Amino acid sequence: MMRVGIRKRKTRALLRRIAVIAVVLLIAVIPAIPIWLMYGWIISQSFSGRVILGILPSKLTIENWRFLWSPITMGEKEYPNIWPITLNTLFLALGVAGLVVLVSSLSGYALSRMDFKGRTGMMQFIIALHAFPSVILLIALFVILNKLGLYGKGFMTLVGIILIKAGLEIPMATWIIKGFFDSIPWDLEWAALVDGCSRWRAWRSIILPLVLPGIGAVSIFSFLSGWSEFLLVFTYVAQEEYYTLPVMIYHMIGEFIHIDWGMLAALGLFYAIPTIIFFSVSQKVLLKIYVGGVKG
Amino acid sequence: MVVLRGEILVRVLLDNISKFFGKVKAVSDLNLEIKDGEFVAFLGPSGCGKTTTLLMIAGIYKPSKGRILFDDEDVTDLPPKDRNVGMVFQSYALYPHMTVYDNIAFPLKLKKVPKQEIDRKVKEVAKLLQIDELLDRKPAQLSGGQRQRVALGRALVKEPDVLLLDEPLSNLDAKLRILMRAEIKRLQRELRITTIYVTHDQVEAMSMADRIAVMNKGRLQQYADPQTLYNKPANLFVAGFIGSPPMNLIEGSITERNGSYYFETHSFKYALPRDIGSLVASKTSEVILGVRPEDIRVIIDGRGSSDSAIIGTVYVVEPLGRDLLINVKINGVLIKILAPTDIRLESGQKIMFTINRAKLHIFDKKTGEAII
Repeated sequence: MMRVGIRKRKTRALLRRIAVIAVVLLIAVIPAIPIWLMYGWIISQSFSGRVILGILPSKLTIENWRFLWSPITMGEKEYPNIWPITLNTLFLALGVAGLVVLVSSLSGYALSRMDFKGRTGMMQFIIALHAFPSVILLIALFVILNKLGLYGKGFMTLVGIILIKAGLEIPMATWIIKGFFDSIPWDLEWAALVDGCSRWRAWRSIILPLVLPGIGAVSIFSFLSGWSEFLLVFTYVAQEEYYTLPVMIYHMIGEFIHIDWGMLAALGLFYAIPTIIFFSVSQKVLLKIYVGGVKG
Repeated sequence: MVVLRGEILVRVLLDNISKFFGKVKAVSDLNLEIKDGEFVAFLGPSGCGKTTTLLMIAGIYKPSKGRILFDDEDVTDLPPKDRNVGMVFQSYALYPHMTVYDNIAFPLKLKKVPKQEIDRKVKEVAKLLQIDELLDRKPAQLSGGQRQRVALGRALVKEPDVLLLDEPLSNLDAKLRILMRAEIKRLQRELRITTIYVTHDQVEAMSMADRIAVMNKGRLQQYADPQTLYNKPANLFVAGFIGSPPMNLIEGSITERNGSYYFETHSFKYALPRDIGSLVASKTSEVILGVRPEDIRVIIDGRGSSDSAIIGTVYVVEPLGRDLLINVKINGVLIKILAPTDIRLESGQKIMFTINRAKLHIFDKKTGEAII
């Protein structure tokens, strides 16, 4: 009697486990398969002369990576060398990330820790700011860039785009970092003040190291958004030598008649490399979360 | 004690300070003098304003009203870093990203003390607090007691003029608490730093402090040495807060009959000595009688019986090891009596007891102030 009951319950537990695994497969694994297939395609395509059935590589070659050492030509058109373009993109992405981290780590602290008039109003306003996509601001931003003398000035236009992009990223980043500041107990800051810190020094030496995970998150997000920024560069940058990678790839896809899929795949892979490096490095260095030690 | 300068004598004076948070009065009109080298405890239930007061002395909060003086110098507007106070927080507030060594060295680094001297002082303090084995660890790798010592070391290494301790023992287990209690007291005696100790535990305050400031609802109730607090509580709050088991407080009224004075409740009547009776009767008739459990004596077999003896029924007996705590009911009024363990009592048994008249407390029911 008892045994039957246990066996029944065992079967039920087993069925439940199978159901859980099935759900996980259905939700997490199966949708990822096409994405992995696409990555697989891009990798095999970039190293092969011909692709069988869209995935199996044949004729191993590095011909598709020729843009690394020679100018890119597609049909009649010759594109600028890849390296200055990469540097432009890196400059844009790092500029955005640096500016966003600098401003949001200060403003996040102020919103989290300082008492001033209109603090709540400001926080609501910041969220509202984020509701504007940059597309609808294109014309207004163009006027501002022009007034500031940053339009059509080559390199300085990129600086202008950094300012715009950072400006659009800062509200959200401030909110994210504010949350991290909120989680740090007042005791720690007070202890620093009693130990002899000024408020500034306490922020720099005690509080900031403790929100490194937040800074890591924000810097990854803003770096990626700078790295993949297309619209602003596409709209405001006229000279080809100040293109960034997304815009150049777009222009190359645009030349439909002469499209070279192998090179495009290699270029796409090349485009993804810094992202992967930046992500893995900042994750290791910055996401070192300090656990415990705050409460006894 | 080589590095830690002895005889740091700073007097702290709180001159009529108040602190408001919006409409909430955290501390009201507090006047207090802490003598140089004195160990003072702020004692009170949570939310009584004791930590707020401590933070004002540290300079974290600015008083809404009043002044704070260190040695006759007004420090009310000085930021914490210029006050040279050391503080231990209830949560210890160790910097989680620094090693124990760096935690202790941090105040000295901010003072721009030469590296070698920092090293010497940190090691000296670590040795004093027996944490010299832990200097390379991070706070997360320490036990509660160890963290507490590190926090103490960080507060002491800068040779503060005033040492502030905010419930430093409340996160430790009972055994360690008793150990650290003695340790902190010894350290304070040795270094003679003016020390303010915030606690809600009356045993801690009584056992450690030279003087205790009892606070409730932002107001100072009484400021005296432990013995005076115990023997002469200024009001009902202090009487009820100090002492364990707590004082018996019985509501009643003073009546006079034929020149004799009585304390009368609906359940019993107790004859008062003439001098006490007339003094109390001259002030008010509605009173609360207070008597500590150890000041009541159980009468066995009618021996030592007197006309002022009260009869009650044993409600329950709690053995405390060293003595018995007898709960006696007299028509609904519960009285606690401490008695030696050799008495055998059963619940429901009738007993007689007398109150030590010299240890009697009578409070005005309306104001709560002590009359005697």
